[in-house]
Amino acid sequence: MIKLVKEKIKDIELTKAYSEQLIALAKENAMIVDLEADVGNCIFGPEFQKVFPERYLDLGICEQSLSSISAGISAVGMIPFCHTFAVFASRRMCDQNYISCAYAKNNVKIVGSAPGISSGENGGTHHANEDIALMRPITDITIMEPADSAAMRWAVRKAAATFGVFYIRAERYGQEKLYEDDSEFEIGKANVLREGNDVTIIAEGNLMIKASLDAAEILAGKGVSACVIDIFTIKPIDAEMIVKSAKETGAIVTVENHSITGGLGSAVAEVLCESFCGVPMKRIGIPNRFGEVAQPEELQKVMHMTPEDITEAAMSVIAGKK
Amino acid sequence: MRTGDIKELEILAQKSRRNVLRMIRANGSGHLGPAYSCIDIVTALYFHGMDVDPKNPEKADRDIFLLSAGHKGMAQYAVLAEAGFFDKSILDTFGQFKSPIPGHPDMHKLAGIEANTGSLGHGLNLACGIALARKQDGLKSRVFVITGDGELAEGSNWEAAAIAAHYGLDNLVLFVDHNGLQISGQTKDVMSFEPVADHFGGFGWKTKEIVGNDMKEIVSAFDAVPFEKGKPNLVVANTVKGKGFSKAENQVDYHYWKPSTEDMALAEKELAAKIAELEK
Repeated sequence: MIKLVKEKIKDIELTKAYSEQLIALAKENAMIVDLEADVGNCIFGPEFQKVFPERYLDLGICEQSLSSISAGISAVGMIPFCHTFAVFASRRMCDQNYISCAYAKNNVKIVGSAPGISSGENGGTHHANEDIALMRPITDITIMEPADSAAMRWAVRKAAATFGVFYIRAERYGQEKLYEDDSEFEIGKANVLREGNDVTIIAEGNLMIKASLDAAEILAGKGVSACVIDIFTIKPIDAEMIVKSAKETGAIVTVENHSITGGLGSAVAEVLCESFCGVPMKRIGIPNRFGEVAQPEELQKVMHMTPEDITEAAMSVIAGKK
Repeated sequence: MRTGDIKELEILAQKSRRNVLRMIRANGSGHLGPAYSCIDIVTALYFHGMDVDPKNPEKADRDIFLLSAGHKGMAQYAVLAEAGFFDKSILDTFGQFKSPIPGHPDMHKLAGIEANTGSLGHGLNLACGIALARKQDGLKSRVFVITGDGELAEGSNWEAAAIAAHYGLDNLVLFVDHNGLQISGQTKDVMSFEPVADHFGGFGWKTKEIVGNDMKEIVSAFDAVPFEKGKPNLVVANTVKGKGFSKAENQVDYHYWKPSTEDMALAEKELAAKIAELEK
C-alpha cells in the first residue's frame, strides 16, 4: 500500500535512486548486471562500477548493441539493466527492443532517463517526446514511470524480480517526494494522490504530477474539487481506476511529459472509448511540435503544460459535462 | 554424433540440402540461395565443430549457434533435422500456421534454435552478450554466428565488432557467408564492405579466409579456434550462393525461389546424383 508524505521533502534525483537500488539489489543477487552506453554519471553507472566492476559493462556509444547485448546476456540467465537517455533507449534501440528483447522473450530491463522536457537545455535532439508511444505497442512490455525515489526503488526491485522486458522512465531531476519510502506499489495500479469530485486529473512523472497537484490547488480556489491520480504504470494501465474515476467525476484531463499522441492521453482515451465511458476529456502534454532548447520550467510554458494550462483544461472539460 | 570424416560431413551437407528442398516443396517457395550458400558451414557446426546434444539441447555448457541472417533459416532447420533434433515430418510444415519452423528462426518454437533472428544486424550483438556472460559465469562454451555479407551493411554489426574486440571475446566465432550477392545484385555494387577481413582485423579480430563450401577447409577453421587468445575469431567464408543446384549457383534471382515443377525435379535429381556419388 502507498503512503503519501505529509510534508514537503526534497527528493533525490530519480537516476540516483535507480543506481542506489540497483547496487543494493546486486549485493543480494549475483545475476544482476548493469550495462550502459557511455552516459557515465548522468545515470550514475560508475557508482555501480565501483562496487561491481566485473558486472558493469560500458559498451561505448553503441545503443543498438546495448539492447541486443543485454538480450544475449539475459538469454543465458543473467538479469541485465541497461540504461541510457530515453531518446536513445526508445528511438535508437527500437528494433532491438522489439526483436532481440521482447519478441525473443528475453529478460531485459531498459531504463531511459531525462524524458520529454526534462532534458531541457539539450534541445530537440534530446527530448524523448515519443518514447512511450514507441514502447507501448510492444507486446508484453511493462512501462513504468516512477514519480519519486520511493516509487523508483520499488520499480527497480519489481523489475528485477519479474521476468520480462521493462521500460522504466526516469526524469532527470528530483523534485518533491510523494511517497513514504516503505510504500508498496503494484504493477497496473494507479495511485490517488488527491481525492476530488468534479474532475479527474491523470498524470505521469514527477514534473507533471507536481503541476497537476498545483492545478488542483488553483481549482480548489475556484471551488472545484479535483481528483489527482499518479498513473505510475503506463502499461499495463489501470483501466479499472480510470473508468471508476471517470464515472465519479464525469470529466478527465490527462497530463504527461510526452507527446499527446501515443502516450498517457492516448492510453486513457483508449480505455474510455472501449468502456463506453463518454466523458469530456482533454490531453495536456507536448503538442505536435519538436522539442526546443530551454529550461524545463520555460518549456512547460512553451508547450502549455503549466498548472494554469491544466486548470484551464479542467474548467473546459467540466463545462463540457452534459 | 560429431565426426571429422570429411566425406561423411559432405554427405550430411547434401542430405541437409535435400531437407531444404523438402521445405520449399511444402511451402511452394523459400530462400534457396542463402540456405544453400551456408549449409556446408552449418553442417560442420552441428556435426563437427560444436558441442551440442540433440537429446539434451539445453545442456548448460553447450556451444551456441546463432543464425544472424535469419532468412537462411532453412539451412539450420535442415541440419537440425538431419542431426535428430526433431522429426523430419516437421519439415513439411514450413510456412504453415503454428509451424515450429517459421521463415525466420524462433527460439521458443523449436529445440536447438538459440535466438529470434530475422531483423539483420542483431545476431552478432546477441552473440556478444552470450559470450560476455560466458566469460563471467566461467562456462567453457563458445558462441558461433553466421551473418551474410550483405548484412554487414547494418551498422550495429560494427558496434559489435568493436565491442567483441574491446572485451577480448575469444569465445566468439563469426562466419561471414561471403557469397557476394544480395537481393538487389552483387554486394560490391549494392554496398561494399570490402575487404571484410581487413575491417574486422582492424578492430582487433583474428581472421581467416576459407572456401566456405569446401568441407575440409571449414573443418580446419573450426579446429583452429581460438585463433589467438584474447581475440574474437572471424572466418570469411567465400561461398557460392545457391551452391548445390546448377541453375541457382551465383544467380541473384535464386535468393528467393518459387520453383516450377520442372526446376524442383531437376534440383532433386542433381542432389540425388551427388549423394549417390558420395555414398559409393
